[in-house]
Amino acid sequence: MISLSRGAVQQIASEGERAYPNECCGALLGKDDADTGRVASEIFPVHNAFGSEEQYHRFAISPEDCFFIERDAERRGLDVIGFYHSHPDHPAIPSEYDREHAMYWYSYVIVAIERGRAGGLTSWRLASDRSAFAQERVLQLDVR
Amino acid sequence: MTITIKIPTALRAFAEGQREIRAEGATVGEAIANFASLYPDIETHIYGEGGEPRSFINIFLGEVNVKNLNGLETTLADGSVITLVPAIAGGAPCR
Repeated sequence: MISLSRGAVQQIASEGERAYPNECCGALLGKDDADTGRVASEIFPVHNAFGSEEQYHRFAISPEDCFFIERDAERRGLDVIGFYHSHPDHPAIPSEYDREHAMYWYSYVIVAIERGRAGGLTSWRLASDRSAFAQERVLQLDVR
Repeated sequence: MTITIKIPTALRAFAEGQREIRAEGATVGEAIANFASLYPDIETHIYGEGGEPRSFINIFLGEVNVKNLNGLETTLADGSVITLVPAIAGGAPCR
């Protein structure tokens, strides 16, 4: 299970709508420990670094942005616990391309954007043998 | 020489939960190899079958991607900081 602040969920939806018909992307920052479980308290939106002609169904976060995200999270006592992106006019279900490019452990949040409006939001984790994603429950928290 | 390697959250589980470790090495490649030898479970997550770093991982020395330096042959100074950074991509199925 992953807990997301309601503000983070709203911001992911807004980012997806703003980027439509292209994909948005960013990082989930928060904590994952035995006491609280996995909690994403904020998001870190970044530029979609994939080639502009393919952004309608692809996203990438540049190595430099990933480095900056890691450093920013560390300085603020947070961890990078996952990443999010949108699926324009497609369900919030990971694609084979998503699976091929995912890393074990992280949460991958996907928001469906249907004709410019945010729809379902799901979260997934890759199996340790990289064979498949498993959906995890998303709990929305009323905190910022 | 002793350097620091910062470990991304996704790989900490294979390194006893540590955020960073100290390692020895004259080059980036040596330091990463020494790190991987300390934590064998992490090796398959860093190296592909050909022994090169996987495409999922980018390696920064200070604030510079070593791809823009001399790759794994980039030389280190005492106190250098290496950061392992995940490569992130994905997207919806083709329509």
